[in-house]
Amino acid sequence: MPIITIREALNQAIREELARDERVFLMGEEVAEYDGAYKVTKGLLKEFGPKRVIDSPITELGFAGLGVGAAMVGLRPIIEFMTFNFSILATDQIINSAAKMLYMSGGQFNIPIVFRGPSGSAFQVSSQHSQAIESWYAHFPGLKVVMPSTAADAKGLLKSAIRDDDPVIFMEQERMYGNKGEVPDDPDFTIPLGVADVKREGTDVTIVARSLMVPVALKAADKLQEQGVSCEVIDPRTIRPLDIDTIIDSVKKTNRVVLAEESHPICGINAEISTQIMERAFDHLDAPVKRVSGIDVPMPYAKNLENLVVPDVDRLIAAVKEVAYLD
Amino acid sequence: MASKVIMPKLSPTMEEGQIARWLKKEGDKVSMGEPLAEIDTDKATMEMQALANGVLRKILINDGESAPLGQLIAVIGEPDEDIATLLSEASAASSTPAPSPTPAPAPTSTEVEAPSAAPVPEANGHAAPVATAPASGRMVVSPLAARMAAEAGIDLRSLQGSGPGGRIIKRDIEAAMSQPASTTVSTGTFPRAVEPLRFQPAAVAAASPYRDEPASEIRRTIARRLVTSIGPVPHFFLTSEIEMDRAAEMRRGINALDPDLKISVNDIVIKVVATALVQHPAVNASFQDKFIRYYEHADIGVAVAIEDGLITPVIRGADQKSLSQIAGEVREMAERARSRKLKPEEYTGATFSISNLGMFGIDEFTAVINPPEGGILAVGAMAAKPVVRDSEIVIRQMMRVTMSCDHRVIDGATGAKFLQTVKKILENPLYLVV
Repeated sequence: MPIITIREALNQAIREELARDERVFLMGEEVAEYDGAYKVTKGLLKEFGPKRVIDSPITELGFAGLGVGAAMVGLRPIIEFMTFNFSILATDQIINSAAKMLYMSGGQFNIPIVFRGPSGSAFQVSSQHSQAIESWYAHFPGLKVVMPSTAADAKGLLKSAIRDDDPVIFMEQERMYGNKGEVPDDPDFTIPLGVADVKREGTDVTIVARSLMVPVALKAADKLQEQGVSCEVIDPRTIRPLDIDTIIDSVKKTNRVVLAEESHPICGINAEISTQIMERAFDHLDAPVKRVSGIDVPMPYAKNLENLVVPDVDRLIAAVKEVAYLD
Repeated sequence: MASKVIMPKLSPTMEEGQIARWLKKEGDKVSMGEPLAEIDTDKATMEMQALANGVLRKILINDGESAPLGQLIAVIGEPDEDIATLLSEASAASSTPAPSPTPAPAPTSTEVEAPSAAPVPEANGHAAPVATAPASGRMVVSPLAARMAAEAGIDLRSLQGSGPGGRIIKRDIEAAMSQPASTTVSTGTFPRAVEPLRFQPAAVAAASPYRDEPASEIRRTIARRLVTSIGPVPHFFLTSEIEMDRAAEMRRGINALDPDLKISVNDIVIKVVATALVQHPAVNASFQDKFIRYYEHADIGVAVAIEDGLITPVIRGADQKSLSQIAGEVREMAERARSRKLKPEEYTGATFSISNLGMFGIDEFTAVINPPEGGILAVGAMAAKPVVRDSEIVIRQMMRVTMSCDHRVIDGATGAKFLQTVKKILENPLYLVV
């Protein structure tokens, strides 16, 4: 299998879907002439022309709304936010229009739209441009929220998201575009939404991690294995709908769980997963569920402070040892 | 750091325990896991192990005395450690009457049982200081450990948690499970806890003298259990007379095949009752307040008289067992019941019981249901009697059985049909093989 970056995997997914279905089009800031702020849309304008790959003005609420309208009349828009920090301006269209249209139109209008772009912590871009806001979108019925952690998942899940008939929030981790991995080149390769992936099997502690936390969890698991602690790493890949069954099965096996995320702890996805574990696997827990989240402060600009905010291998190892009653 | 030895919970229904005997004396060295004392619970005599290393500094509850669950009964510590604080807490918490300077009217050892933690009033009328925390303070257990302990029948009070704040966690249960010694029943002979007391003269002139002996744990449990039966459970009784000639003949025939089998009439009754129960699921049932529980198999409790009381070892799935299996199990369990070595899971959870007083020459009697079972069959003696068959008086081996039914789950006709089946099979035991 070819080994490519997440950036290239996303590019392949969009290219293949543009070629596969002429109702699919791409719109966003700098996606066409400039090949995308993060070069995810490289070469697409050239290949598909200005009707399918459209540069928008700097008006997130406006072009998100254009996308929702286009979806209502039968097109399948991919709306790129330069980063999800700017999607905050478009939340009225995303939450009030896209998410609720099918319900409020009595089933007349489904909205097959993908809102995608980089999300999560970046390097030294400070509080407003470095944050994980997936729990905002996951809160609302009507939206699906996807967060891939590998090149293959990025491609397979984005293709499924584009083919999905409902609005999908597709969050790419800004630090991870250059991460490489094996990706099938089969144009029909897709990964269904709502299915978790066991990234590593283990017996002692379950680590649930998504996005940037998956490679961190895998590194922590390697180090813990040297100390005789076997960790199972589960990547839900889709936050909503959440594949809680896979997590529960794992907790029933290991009896201990650490939840890793780079977002803030309060009202976060880990809080939700923790509750569902308590509701469904209480009698299988040998230790309280342990969350490892981003520190509850706006992201600092200073490198040393930024490093302290984003959970790292050491914090995960300490959490695993705590739930495993080691040290 | 001195550690408290508390009265552990050694059986599912135990509420207090009596020290049968201490296996260590004050001043003896003890190490963790070593047997410390034998405790007479409501059902069996169990060994209690030390949960700490050190010296047995103080015994607070002596041989023959009782203490409620969780009460401090001894202290283990370093030889020179100051344990005064621990002991003063204990004396405040315990209700054991302190020796009174003025002669009290003949205290008897029954007085030691009052289990309340109520403060003992002092002479000036003020309450003595209450213990800061009861020795049976709230246990901290992980949900998984709690479930594992319940499934394995491990008493959490006998464990010390290795998690933060003494939380009992999975590995503590696993450790306890790999140490069968901690729950095994004492193999020593069952010592009488209390020497018989002398008779006391009665206070009323000419009335008979009497003596008060502490009611043993098992006697008190029997009392408590039976009151919960005949009171709240609406009993009714059905009696039937059964011709036992063929069953007796079958028994002779089987035992002639192999004298080691030693099948008794009671074994045949167990087998027949079990067979009839699965044919009458409405009788193999238990009233559980909001629902009625119907059992797939017949787990038969067989009442066995033991010194001081009775106990009902359970023959699991008797409907599926052969007569020789039943006979072997009954014999083996009755033997262990008499030496009080039955495990709790071996004498609880029957679906129906049988009580046989035939060996005492009782013709017929009624038995008290053991809740939550739906019924019990009282079996009388088999005896040759004149009966009328085809208008002629002939001699037959007759046996009377009386079934007590819980009317909440078994109605008269339901019970009667069941008894009819029992009678039919006992009179023609060939039904067992067709």
